[in-house]
Amino acid sequence: MDINDLRSLTTVISMLTFLGIVWWAYGLKSSRKRFDEAAMLPFSEEAVDRAELGLADRQLKGKAS
Amino acid sequence: MSEAQATYNYKVIRQFSVMAVVWGIVGMLMGVVVASQLVWPELNFGPYFTFGRLRPLHTNAVIFAFGGCALFATSYYVVQRTCHARLWGGPLIPFTFWGWQLVIVLAAITLPLGMTQGKEYAELEWPIDILIALVWIAYAIVFFGTIAKRTVSHIYVANWFYGAFILAVALLHIFNSAAVPVSLTKSYSAYAGVQDAMVQWWYGHNAVGFFLTAGFLGMMYYFVPKQAGRPVYSYRLSVVHFWALIFTYMWAGPHHLHYTALPDWTQSVGMVFSLILLAPSWGGMINGIMTLSGAWHKLRDDPILKFLITSLSFYGMSTFEGPMMAIKTVNSLSHYTDWTVGHVHSGALGWVAMVSIGSIYYMLPRLFGKPQMYSVKLITVHFWVATIGVVLYIAALWISGVMQGLMWRAVNADGTLTYSFVESVKASYPFWTIRVIGGLLFLTGMLIMAYNMVRTMAGGVRVEAPILAPAGHHA
Repeated sequence: MDINDLRSLTTVISMLTFLGIVWWAYGLKSSRKRFDEAAMLPFSEEAVDRAELGLADRQLKGKAS
Repeated sequence: MSEAQATYNYKVIRQFSVMAVVWGIVGMLMGVVVASQLVWPELNFGPYFTFGRLRPLHTNAVIFAFGGCALFATSYYVVQRTCHARLWGGPLIPFTFWGWQLVIVLAAITLPLGMTQGKEYAELEWPIDILIALVWIAYAIVFFGTIAKRTVSHIYVANWFYGAFILAVALLHIFNSAAVPVSLTKSYSAYAGVQDAMVQWWYGHNAVGFFLTAGFLGMMYYFVPKQAGRPVYSYRLSVVHFWALIFTYMWAGPHHLHYTALPDWTQSVGMVFSLILLAPSWGGMINGIMTLSGAWHKLRDDPILKFLITSLSFYGMSTFEGPMMAIKTVNSLSHYTDWTVGHVHSGALGWVAMVSIGSIYYMLPRLFGKPQMYSVKLITVHFWVATIGVVLYIAALWISGVMQGLMWRAVNADGTLTYSFVESVKASYPFWTIRVIGGLLFLTGMLIMAYNMVRTMAGGVRVEAPILAPAGHHA
């Protein structure tokens, strides 16, 4: 096989892989729940959010700067 | 909650955050100095403090010292908080901080002395390159080690961007810096001729794509949702955004070498991939901005959100401008003119600096156990001063850039050039003066930030936030 065939093949495989990723993200039903869970990760530890603002003991009144 | 609770490692984040502000001031001051040298050439004090030696010092200081420290700080914060795990790596963690500071100090010494490999954004000589590689490998071990010991099942998308940035920069740095040393302070590139140029701009553009984009998108995907108080607009879009960037950025480098000895087909490939890049760039920008959908009112009185969202607007602008400038016919006008410099600063000041500033303002009170920054009002002042500065800067260089391009290509009926080069230099002076003013404004904003930071730190407790078992997640 010519090296250029290999180069073309790599391009085609990359394209197919990318389309596969798009299908995984948008087409696959089971991804939905996974992604919804992952999206909430920054909000999964409110107690720590309060503690680091020195507000652990006080009532938090939306005071995040 | 027990008293002897495990805590996050905030010490290294505090160190990098403070140094980001310090190096930001140093790097932007160098920018104002070199901009002034163009307007008042008397300011070139040879041989150490001439434009040619201070300009790489400016670029290295703002990209690697300011941007680098901001990336280290935010990535260490985000990876711990979204993995619910303390930084892993023991002594490697302080090594990344002190090693990186040593790299910066060595750059500040060697560049004015004229020790350089002559490659843009990769000027540092080979011993420093080796130190950079060691620090970077330690960084990768710490970052991925922390991800490996996470107590949640998912890896949050911001960490994907930070991870890609760390891996790609290691690859780029090691390949582009390959050189044959002839003495401790002098080396020659391992590549020759057009291959050398192509390797350099494969590195150069991916430094933009991975150092100055992917890492800062990591910031966007954490700090925009946090500050807006709502999850990212579309997580699915963020997944496609990530992979689309990864698949396309690597190919865009040749657009820096249009109309050179580089083969035509390579130039065209670079141009086409640069145009394709518009799609993922704008997808990411829309994803960030739309996170605020339904909460636009927060933008009115929250200066940190102002910084973050404005940075995304500049990201959108410069990632539209970039692909346009990569089109060969446009490039024939824009290349080698001030337009390029203006474009870079639209990205570097408008996007990279502003998203970093917003993220650091978010972290600072949290790192020092304060409910908010010492003065929220001063953040607003900083925001407006910085925004006016960027707009002045890029508008001035758009005008001078297009003017230079048109003057250089103008020909008389008999085929001779209409203008000599020095005439285009003379015509550029007013715009270079406006650039100095824009740069000064941006620098002033950083000084305001430093004051606000010092006042916030004063009397602060150095908190180490506790690591709590995540609710509703299991490893």
